[in-house]
Amino acid sequence: MTDVERLLHYALTPVEPPHDMTARFERRLTELTDAALGEIAEFDPAVVRSPRRWARVAAAGVIAGAGAGTLVLVRARQTHKRRDARGLKAIGRGGREVAEQVRRRLDR
Amino acid sequence: MAVVETDKAKLDTEFTELYRAHVRDVYSYAYYRCGNHHDAEDLTEQTFLQAYRHFERAQRESNGRPLRPWLIRIAHNLAANYYRDRSRKPQTNLEDAGVLAATHETAELVEGREDVHRVLQGVSRLPDDRREALIMRFALGMDNKEIARAMGKTEGATKVLLHRAIRQLEGFLKEDD
Repeated sequence: MTDVERLLHYALTPVEPPHDMTARFERRLTELTDAALGEIAEFDPAVVRSPRRWARVAAAGVIAGAGAGTLVLVRARQTHKRRDARGLKAIGRGGREVAEQVRRRLDR
Repeated sequence: MAVVETDKAKLDTEFTELYRAHVRDVYSYAYYRCGNHHDAEDLTEQTFLQAYRHFERAQRESNGRPLRPWLIRIAHNLAANYYRDRSRKPQTNLEDAGVLAATHETAELVEGREDVHRVLQGVSRLPDDRREALIMRFALGMDNKEIARAMGKTEGATKVLLHRAIRQLEGFLKEDD
């Protein structure tokens, strides 16, 4: 190993993320999930006839799926919160199905 | 439906494991790429959000290979878009005092501070691809194969890239002497 490589090993050490970063990450995902679920709640089948909203609904489905899934990042949630999460997942699945339908229509 | 539930739960658990195993790698990459903790956290968050969206497919297509290069590639692309869209440049002054305080003993700190500063300055002057290759090798401990996958290059090209990066850095350090 050359001197420069030794210096690089010394200088470029791994950096620990802040301790509360995971909690902030999960909070952010929850916000995205809530926002996405709001979009899905507003969803009306008639929207399918409005191409301008297809992308929005499809994106909401994707986000809802992602958010619901990452709730497992912090397992130490209270039981009632877990119940809520299961509810969110169910709604998220519904959203994904809607998004999938929209995508299929777009593909035609 | 029960099978779908089980698959989803398994996928979520695997994603959680991926997050825990690699959050430090992604954060380290982001930190050395952006030069400050605020942007590093933002980039790390965006990387994992995007990773989750494509996790199932990535798993399917990885054929059992490690997913770390894929994660770093996402971070790399996001950082590139961020700087291109906003016509920004990465900060050259890394908050290196924080890095040093967190990872080195006090005696080494005094002795090595100047060297570390010079090396980090030199690294920041390198072309993007050379700088990134060095970060992946030295901060993340990735081998040539992993770096090649993360950067979308061949192993041979990666070896050459690393060699040239080290030689160029050596040149910068000699200029300073």
